[in-house]
Amino acid sequence: MAGSSSELHSETGRAATWRARGTTQTHGLRTTLTLVVAIFCFFLVAVSAQHIGSYAVEQGVSKVAALIPGGIAAVAAGYVLLLAIRAAMKSAAARRHADVYEARALGAEASLASWKALSWSGALLVVTAGAWFMAVNDAAVSRTFFDLELIQSSAGKVIWAFGTNVTIFAVSAVLILVWSLLIAIARTLPGEAGRPLRYLATAYGDLFRGLPAIITIYLIGFGLPLTNLPILSDLGSTSYAIIALTLTYGAYTSEVYRAGIEGVHHSQVAAARSLGLSHTKTMRYVVVPLAVRNIIPPLMNNCISLQKDTALVAIIGTIDAFNQSKIIAANNFNLSAVTTVAILFIVITIPQARLVDKLIDRDRKRMRAGG
Amino acid sequence: MSLLEINGVTKHYGVLEVISNLTLNVDEHEVVCLIGPSGCGKSTLLRCINRLEEISSGEIRIHGDRITGPGVDLDRLRRDIGIVFQGYNLFPHMTVLENTILAPTKVLGMGKREASEKAMAFLERIGLAHKANEYPDRMSGGQQQRVAIVRALMMDPMLLLLDEITSALDPELVSEVLDIVRDLAARGMTMILATHEMGFAREVANRICFLQSGQVYEQGPPAELFGNPKGERTQAFLRSLKKAGRI
Repeated sequence: MAGSSSELHSETGRAATWRARGTTQTHGLRTTLTLVVAIFCFFLVAVSAQHIGSYAVEQGVSKVAALIPGGIAAVAAGYVLLLAIRAAMKSAAARRHADVYEARALGAEASLASWKALSWSGALLVVTAGAWFMAVNDAAVSRTFFDLELIQSSAGKVIWAFGTNVTIFAVSAVLILVWSLLIAIARTLPGEAGRPLRYLATAYGDLFRGLPAIITIYLIGFGLPLTNLPILSDLGSTSYAIIALTLTYGAYTSEVYRAGIEGVHHSQVAAARSLGLSHTKTMRYVVVPLAVRNIIPPLMNNCISLQKDTALVAIIGTIDAFNQSKIIAANNFNLSAVTTVAILFIVITIPQARLVDKLIDRDRKRMRAGG
Repeated sequence: MSLLEINGVTKHYGVLEVISNLTLNVDEHEVVCLIGPSGCGKSTLLRCINRLEEISSGEIRIHGDRITGPGVDLDRLRRDIGIVFQGYNLFPHMTVLENTILAPTKVLGMGKREASEKAMAFLERIGLAHKANEYPDRMSGGQQQRVAIVRALMMDPMLLLLDEITSALDPELVSEVLDIVRDLAARGMTMILATHEMGFAREVANRICFLQSGQVYEQGPPAELFGNPKGERTQAFLRSLKKAGRI
């Protein structure tokens, strides 16, 4: 009896402490700090926009073109300042409010607003730093990389040469998909009889994954013409580039395929074999189709990096976009044409990267849904 | 001559002996149920019969023809021995219809139309004709397992191996699968079942084999084995099942 009553008593004690501890968080310190940061950020952005903008106008940039980015930066800084002020006001209101639950809600709003203001300030400061980087030293950076006139006048040539990259990419992508599947199948051949081919395929994979792509391209592009072999020594540099990239990426992609093939659950193989399907038919109708489904994201990643590596063929004198732009850059003593190439690569690869992200996301959701 | 003769078969993984010197004959149109504790070798035995697993010693004969040892055409052998797995193992990238006609068209060279008609007839019989174009992962476990049975039946097997086909199913889905097996038994299909469904084994089997440590410890007609088990181990096994409410 005594025991239970003392337990009851201590329960009341716990409840009392619990209630006493149930204070309201008003985030006063953080909102105040945020306000200071936001004010600092606002002035910095405003001053920078004014300086850089007027400098740009002096340099002959039209007033509208100078006003738009400056205006956007100023508006953004103003928005940050407003957020910070709101956070501080909410925090103050939370401190004053008599009702605990209302006060908590206000405190939570203040907290969120202050985090938002802080993160925006950070982003704005980085962008402002970037703008200064472009503008300092009499806009040396902008002039070197973003000479609009040179970009405009050279764009035609560069884009035309980019066609070579696209050709190299398209042809080698198809060859790689077939070639690497063959390698992967050779690497997964079963039994004693499959061993020689299995070892050979493994050796090939090790060799070409170990070799830097640029060296493979160099050796093939400059080496094969010296061999005087029929056909092989008389190809154009584009063809050598395709051969070299196929050999290099074939090694990588065969690993992706192999991972996919080995990732197919053995029960699927057992089911197919138990129906009387041979090893070949099991591979063709069950294992490879399932493997391909699982490896589409990594396959796409390889595809993207292949596209970028088509620029490596510049080393053997193929007139691709990079080489063309290098020629223009050397003639004009300015790298803006190379910037064009950079932009071209970015423009074609970013959508694909997003697509891969989406595919991976979809797969993850499907897994979570339980198959 | 028995359809299936298993003579002194032993199977070990390293030092672990899963089946030891096991002998068992199965006649045509017979339904044999293998029961016994987990790890007693039921599944391994079934997988040895269609050589998904290789035996270590002994021999297995089908209609007197030895199917163990080198030089046996395994694809040929497996055409005539169907197996249904505990985990269904349907091909997830194919529809129900594609799952069922894959082997007849690619192995037997049957025409696609003919195979589809045959598959549809089977699916009709088990009440899944409307799911023909559905993918397996959109179906319940019971439905998938019924399709897996049809997939095996499409090859007209002379022997059907059922490896704990209801063990992965929710209780309410078990009966729809067992109905098909009951129907097959009535039609005279020779079957060997590894199962934990004692009630069903009792009803459908001609013979029950109690496996213990990789051997047939006791066998007999269901009424005898369940009603009056002779061996000590059999009695203990059945007693523990009764305690758990599984009989």
